Amino acid sequence: MYKTTIQQLNYDFKTLANLMAKATPARSGDYLAGVAASNNLERVAAQYTLADVPLKQFLTEALVPYETDEVTRLIIDEHDNTAFAKISHFTVGDFRDWLLSEAATTEKLCALSPGLTPEMVAAVSKIMRIQDLILVAKKCRVITKFRNTIGLENKLSTRLQPNHPTDNAAGVAASILDGLLYGCGDAVIGINPASDNLEATARLLHLLNDVIERYKIPTQACILAHVTTTIKAIEQNVPVDLVFQSIAGTQKANDSFGVNLNILAEAHQAALSLNRGTVGNNCMYFETGQGSALSANAHHGLDQQTLEARAYAVARKFKPLLVNTVVGFIGPEYLSDGKQIIRAGLEDHFCGKLLGLPMGCDICYTNHAEADQDDMDMLLSTFAMAGGNFIMGIPGADDVMLNYQSTSFHDALYIRQVLGLRPAPEFEQWLIEHQIFNTHNQLKPITEIPEIFKTSLQKISGGL
Amino acid sequence: MTKQKNTFISFDPWHPLTQLTPARIGLGRTGMSLPTRANLDFQLAHALARDAVHIPLNFNKLADKLNKLDYDNQTLQSQAENQSIYLQRPDLGRLLSEQSSSALSEKPQPPVDVVIIVADGLSSKAIENHAISFLQLLVPELTDEGYLLAPINLVKHGRVAIGDAIAEHYNAKLCITLIGERPGLSSPDSMGIYFTYRAKAQFSTDADRNCISNIHANGLSYEQALIKLLFLIKGAEQLKLSGVNLKDETTDAALNELDTKNFLLNS
Repeated sequence: MYKTTIQQLNYDFKTLANLMAKATPARSGDYLAGVAASNNLERVAAQYTLADVPLKQFLTEALVPYETDEVTRLIIDEHDNTAFAKISHFTVGDFRDWLLSEAATTEKLCALSPGLTPEMVAAVSKIMRIQDLILVAKKCRVITKFRNTIGLENKLSTRLQPNHPTDNAAGVAASILDGLLYGCGDAVIGINPASDNLEATARLLHLLNDVIERYKIPTQACILAHVTTTIKAIEQNVPVDLVFQSIAGTQKANDSFGVNLNILAEAHQAALSLNRGTVGNNCMYFETGQGSALSANAHHGLDQQTLEARAYAVARKFKPLLVNTVVGFIGPEYLSDGKQIIRAGLEDHFCGKLLGLPMGCDICYTNHAEADQDDMDMLLSTFAMAGGNFIMGIPGADDVMLNYQSTSFHDALYIRQVLGLRPAPEFEQWLIEHQIFNTHNQLKPITEIPEIFKTSLQKISGGL
Repeated sequence: MTKQKNTFISFDPWHPLTQLTPARIGLGRTGMSLPTRANLDFQLAHALARDAVHIPLNFNKLADKLNKLDYDNQTLQSQAENQSIYLQRPDLGRLLSEQSSSALSEKPQPPVDVVIIVADGLSSKAIENHAISFLQLLVPELTDEGYLLAPINLVKHGRVAIGDAIAEHYNAKLCITLIGERPGLSSPDSMGIYFTYRAKAQFSTDADRNCISNIHANGLSYEQALIKLLFLIKGAEQLKLSGVNLKDETTDAALNELDTKNFLLNS
């Protein structure tokens, strides 16, 4: 059924999974998996063929077997047919045309999202250009709440990421202070611990909790330890705001992360029971990234972008506060250069938003990828134009623990100025109140440390 | 970039805190942007890190050093023939070359408990600077515990999982892999250690491994890394597994003796 003739050449793509892979814009991870189109003509032939596939087909032809994969079962079993009814007669190509039209309003897109499957949104993204991905994602709105409100129109939040190579408390505190004084940290103050260790995780959780309480910062804390470590921390009455976990789009890939839907559900319930949010109870933080399934040898012959979208089905089950596609972290085997990283970041944002997720992006690269700061500026600018919910904020863009480059506090200030994007309202109020920001979304000129941190710093200055 | 005070630049009054962390804090700003000097410093670090990925490890020198210490060793190679293939084909970096496989199978197979792998990974500098010093702490410790060690395997263009086949070959309980981590801007020579209990090729996954990362001058010390590794080994022997169900619960007291008090919370 997936056949076409183009330029006197006959193509038979045989299965929907194969068709999806062949239609995907070129990227190194799909070549590595041996699923990519062998040339440009085959790719465009697949895109023509995919455009004619009815959306309904995705509900009957599972790309990963229903019987052996709990992510497929989640996608099919929880699909909302009523929401889907309005577009159930569309082909993938019709769907693209509708998404770009004025008929697809913010309200309609929000109502539609439970009727969409990851495979449907992945399919349509494959026949969209970057400007299409931006335009449609910009119309989506996903608002989440814990101690502040993230995802409102014309807002951009930041995760303050004060990582330290040995989790040294004073070193972490120095980066937190730097970030706060640059206006960062409303999405979360989130630390990747140097090792997955219950005691270190508990100590860092206490540290962040105490800082947030002492300075009355309207934000939330997270230590990005394995979900089972965080569950143990909760059992020991350690203050946990958000539960973190890396997730992927197949059961086997999640196995390789040491998680499944039951463990995630257990963690979600445990965090909900603490009831630590003040304005809402979205208490999960997920990270994803194209290539993770192949990396775990769990890709089932699918392309990495479709697999990534399937991870969002896992995420949306647990109503997260934040979903972060860590787009360039995995390395050049999966996304080889700036061009591939940029497109992948915008695809992930588009797919996640259509599925109703609060998408942020770790706009990043490693030193063995063909990418540099210019590429990051391109993705940062286009991601913010697309209405991304949050980005990372790392001192000087250099993560000294994870050894990669992401966006800096300065990068966030750049995009705030250019596009007039403000932090979450509760956090902006705090910044203004403490003389860090003026009322025009800018840092105030600084000659001395703001009053709120003055005493803390005076105490230490003698020792420095 | 004149030496005189540039009036556009706003300096951060908390700049002295840079003593507390290798992170790039207190950079100051011009408008809302990075000042010229900080911007160029970043470009310099990026250039160094980019180049570090492509510096080959001198395996002969490494073997010589081990020989001098009387540590039995052998050099093996993955199926990735060069660094460029290594970067693009992680699958090949996880497999032993045919030549290495057959060389290994021809060697005698004494009963051993531990297999140690040293792989160049993404930073030859990491291995050059840290592997020998760490092994000098680790090997006596393992021997004292009564463990029998296979020859140390030096693996060219190896990924972490390449240890699985070697451990399986020796039927070893413990597989310890030292590998050069991706070079960071501030740590182009960071070494990582991966530990797998009863590693098996095509069977062990990342969920079966424990990782101790960031071993370098500004990161974890050799002694700290050793404490963690020995803790994991002990735990694995009790639980008969490694990975996500084996938690590193080494106490912070041992690890953070120099932990300066957190100034944000001093009352």
